Amino acid sequence: MNRLQRFLKTWLLLELLSGLKLTFLRMFKPKFTVLVPEEKTPQSPRFRGLHALRRYPNGEERCIACKLCEAVCPALAITIDLAEREDGSRRTTRYDVDLSKCIYCGLCMESCPVDSIVLTRIYEYHGEQHSDLCFTKGMLLAIGDRYEAQIAKSLEEDAPYR
Amino acid sequence: MIQWLADFFGGLGAPGLLIWTMIKIVAITLPLILCVAFLTLAERRVIGAMQSRIGPVRVGPYGLLQPFADVLKMLLKEVVIPARANRVLFRFAPLLTLAPAVAAWGTMPFSENVWLADLNAGLLYIMLMSSLGVYGIILAGWASNSRYALLGALRSTAQLISYELAMGFALVGVILLTGTLNLGDIVRHQTGSFWHWHVWPLLPLFVVYFISGIAETNRHPFDMAEGESELVAGFHVEYSGIVFALFFLAEYMNMILVSALAATLFLGGWMAPLSFFNELKISGMAPLGDGFLWLALKIAGLLFIFLWVRASFPRYRYDQIMRLGWKVFIPLTLVWIVVVAIGVKWSSLFGGGA
Repeated sequence: MNRLQRFLKTWLLLELLSGLKLTFLRMFKPKFTVLVPEEKTPQSPRFRGLHALRRYPNGEERCIACKLCEAVCPALAITIDLAEREDGSRRTTRYDVDLSKCIYCGLCMESCPVDSIVLTRIYEYHGEQHSDLCFTKGMLLAIGDRYEAQIAKSLEEDAPYR
Repeated sequence: MIQWLADFFGGLGAPGLLIWTMIKIVAITLPLILCVAFLTLAERRVIGAMQSRIGPVRVGPYGLLQPFADVLKMLLKEVVIPARANRVLFRFAPLLTLAPAVAAWGTMPFSENVWLADLNAGLLYIMLMSSLGVYGIILAGWASNSRYALLGALRSTAQLISYELAMGFALVGVILLTGTLNLGDIVRHQTGSFWHWHVWPLLPLFVVYFISGIAETNRHPFDMAEGESELVAGFHVEYSGIVFALFFLAEYMNMILVSALAATLFLGGWMAPLSFFNELKISGMAPLGDGFLWLALKIAGLLFIFLWVRASFPRYRYDQIMRLGWKVFIPLTLVWIVVVAIGVKWSSLFGGGA
């Protein structure tokens, strides 16, 4: 009986047919494809994209030039110069991020005592040459100004897990 | 209109006949190439769907212009000839693969009266043409002067020779049953509804024929000749640009040919599946009656199985392919030929007419 079963199983191609059935039924299942420019996959609030420098609500920049981010950066992507401002506060004169070096680990964001440097959710940007990817302080502040609402929201959503 | 054209060119004597034949060849080949184009798209869409993807949808509505974009891309690419390749054979090989694939359509009956040549040995001619294609593959592999290409070509040769036998024996069954090599007569032998088709008495032969057909066209899961994982691309690894496209064209054309032949020999060709469709008349015409529509549908269905099988099965190991060909298919077909022969003899002795 067992041999007969095996004989039939082999010669009626039962295993092959069951494989074919599986792929056939798959055809009518929903597809996983995301048509990228029109559709996007959901992002985590923790998403680590383009860098930004934030300001306080009164317009004062947050960064106090403590250089912790520069020290912690494993890729040496951050370069900071600092000087004393007229009002006596310690401020950066230069804050460069080389995006071609950055590995988007987020350690700068973790180390920042005043939540100044953050990684935003922006990931669709490009540069046609190396210098396009070297972001200066002004550019980073501009990104921060532009996306402040989104950045604040992401930070708030992520706060309970920190 | 068509009759008028035929008469017009027939009246011109031999040159007219030549021109008329040329026109008919173009009328068969051009749609065929279009079919190949859309078959590549269908393949990507169907396999995509089976893998829970979408497939190409960007170029044109539903990706319908994708094949043309591909062809355009191919045309713009450089044709690289390896430094130590045999230049003449390297260029000749793709033609040698493509020409038989196209030529085999010469005797394919598309409908009751539509074909290029009503050959009495049509089946033999098609068998001949489909086995000629292997020379192109061998030459391509050898002329490339690359070990991958040569290995691919050797594998493909051994495989084609093994499966040609099984395929031939499967066709012998059909010949025994019908007593003719004329494809039109073979289809007419299956007149009536679908239970008159040859699939039923020749079911094992049909399965063997179709699987051998997959092996013969070097398609999954028998694509040892290409074997991406170990031979890069097999015999056409050194080909690029439009010359590569010729191999591609030949492969897909052979797929359509195998499907068309299976439809003709086993699935009743242009016959409607139920004779009822012939009585369904709208103003004297039977739009769903016997005709090209049904042949096209049958070919499309068989082609879908080609794609379906590709999406479902992993590639066979080489010794498994050889075992399947020599130890399973050939004995199976031989046994079934004997069964068919006895059946035909029996019914002619006692029943009269097979």
